[in-house]
Amino acid sequence: MLQIKNLHVTVGGSEILRGIDLEVPTGEVHAIMGPNGSGKSTLARVLSGHEAYEVTEGEILFDSYSGQADLLDMDPEIRAREGVFMAFQYPVEIPGVSNTYFLKAALNAVRKHRGLPEIDAIDFLALVRQKMKLVQMEDSLLHRPVNEGFSGGEKKRNEIFHMAVLEPRLAVLDETDSGLDIDALRIVADGVNSLRQADRSFLVITHYQRLLDYIVPDRVHVLVDGRIVRSGGKELALELEAKGYAWLEATAAGTAAAQPVGA
Amino acid sequence: MTVTTETPDSTTAAGAPTALTGAARFVADFELFLRELPASEPATLTALRRMAIERFATLGFPTLRQEAWRQTNVSAISQGAFGRAQPGSAEPAADLSLLDPLVGPSGDTAARLVFVNGLLSKKLSSLAGLPEGVIVASLAEALRMPDAADIAAKIEPWLGQLARFDDQPFVALNTAFLSDGALVWVPQGVVVEQPIHVHYVSAPVDGELPLAVFPRNLFVAGEASQVTVVEAYSGEGCYFNCAVTELVAGPGSVVDHYKIQRESLEASHIATFQVQADRSCTPSSHSISIGGGLVRNDVIAVLDGEGINCTLNGLYLGEGKQVIDTHMRVEHAKPHCSSHELYKGVLDGEARAVFSGLIHVHPGAQKTDAKQSNRNLLLSPRAVANSNPQLEIFADDVRCTHGSTVGQLDDDAIFYLRSRGIGEEAARSLLTYAFASDVVERIKVDAVRKDLEELLFSRLPQGEVVRQAV
Repeated sequence: MLQIKNLHVTVGGSEILRGIDLEVPTGEVHAIMGPNGSGKSTLARVLSGHEAYEVTEGEILFDSYSGQADLLDMDPEIRAREGVFMAFQYPVEIPGVSNTYFLKAALNAVRKHRGLPEIDAIDFLALVRQKMKLVQMEDSLLHRPVNEGFSGGEKKRNEIFHMAVLEPRLAVLDETDSGLDIDALRIVADGVNSLRQADRSFLVITHYQRLLDYIVPDRVHVLVDGRIVRSGGKELALELEAKGYAWLEATAAGTAAAQPVGA
Repeated sequence: MTVTTETPDSTTAAGAPTALTGAARFVADFELFLRELPASEPATLTALRRMAIERFATLGFPTLRQEAWRQTNVSAISQGAFGRAQPGSAEPAADLSLLDPLVGPSGDTAARLVFVNGLLSKKLSSLAGLPEGVIVASLAEALRMPDAADIAAKIEPWLGQLARFDDQPFVALNTAFLSDGALVWVPQGVVVEQPIHVHYVSAPVDGELPLAVFPRNLFVAGEASQVTVVEAYSGEGCYFNCAVTELVAGPGSVVDHYKIQRESLEASHIATFQVQADRSCTPSSHSISIGGGLVRNDVIAVLDGEGINCTLNGLYLGEGKQVIDTHMRVEHAKPHCSSHELYKGVLDGEARAVFSGLIHVHPGAQKTDAKQSNRNLLLSPRAVANSNPQLEIFADDVRCTHGSTVGQLDDDAIFYLRSRGIGEEAARSLLTYAFASDVVERIKVDAVRKDLEELLFSRLPQGEVVRQAV
């Protein structure tokens, strides 16, 4: 589904990602863990097409709706229409734009791109009702402006709700657990789990292992200082939780010295 | 060339009217203008005109050296060459296609007055649907009616008494040359359910100079009455509209005023809207400014009674080289009044907006609750907005707040929308619409609000996506 090859990214002149290689097969859930400043959110934003980041090297191959393509050649909206969804760490409040109508416009933009007819109001409402249940979202949030005045938990639930409606091929969850209490975390994780399916992949970015108790990954990758320093099964997350990032940061320094970029 | 006019009660001197260029020509034209007026004009009005033209002769057109005009150059007017429509001349030829869709035939109205180049078009006007006792008339006609004396007595306390011209050259000019406009008179306790529409249409006349037109409106809502007036301006080509509207909100009345300005981009539109509010009334004003090359709106509200709840909202959209200047003055003269002002501007191209908002609280006007907000959205790097809120407070137990912002679209919001599949242009349009929408949503006349929404959809790139998303 997703193949990242030798990805180098700079922001404002300093290199944040320094040669990422990562493959997420179709239907799998991969977790990216790492300490603050390791480049996790940069990776998420580069995947969704944020323009503040300059990709200096590498490619991101993606099995889009239209076939395999390099994500880096697509504008953010094209990525979304081709099946990439990003759940934001800090969902943006948009006063004056209704959560529901906006989502309908987004869904229709996606459908149009895929050669599907616009969804009519009744079908859309039925779809919305069904998807809201996945994240136990209250009706009132539908009619409010996008994220405006939502609590932290409501914003994160709204992200998963958007994802459920847009039905992406690849979902990138950027620190979706941050700021959530345990109940909200469960609801969000249940929502994500219900969306797991054979033709959809997830990249779950998190600082803490806690989220991975609920969204159990197929693979865990540890990002330190712009490089993936360790990959493993779900037990790697537990090991990190026990030993802390310092354990891998020490090895990272050694690895970087011993092996060339991309190794 | 000789001009032939079909003006039955005109005593026009022979010869073509000279071009009005510069203040002195306007002053010189005044005597000629007086001779064109019907003999039946009340002497008090003629006296008022004379005072006004004298004041204008002293003031002249404003220059950038004057504080109130520091940021707005009126040379398009002061150095332009204009002709003047003659009072009482034959009904101008015009068809309904000139009527702005904003006040087109679709909306339900209690009455409609349409003025073409400043003169009433009877053909386009309609007065059916008015409750008994309500007067809706052309000011000029009203003063020629059999009961003119009665009407003159009704309007004399107000006409020209509210909008001061001692330091307002354009109000002086309008008062001197006022020839027609709308009179709306709602007696005590009467509720007019449907809105009353007053529409000024301007169109070039072949082979003639651009016209200077002086619309003058007087709206009087009696005690405990209720009325909604929609005042609209639109046109084609080059002209100069110099308008004054005086609104009297009687005790306990509920008055909603909408002004929709969609002049031609070649036109100049200089207008004063003056509200005189009496105790416990609820006046509201919504000013939508879309057209006009040079636009100046002075909005003045005097809250001269206790318990008034006054709303003054506005939305101005500028593009190209439009200049849109709004000067607000809210005077809290008595205690326990609230005023809420929300003015928003969206500026593209090289458009320039000026907003100056003054809240003046008189001594003794305790418990005043005044709020003013001016927000500007710049869509282009060359668009400019100057916002200047001011408070003058001479009472000690008041709550007055003001805020003003000038900003661009939020990049994070654009990216968020794009990451959901909305195209960049549509995302920008959607956010622009959302910015303007809280003023639009406050418009209570459905036909006006919907037409404005449609106008925004058609004006914004990718408006179809916006229509779906809001």
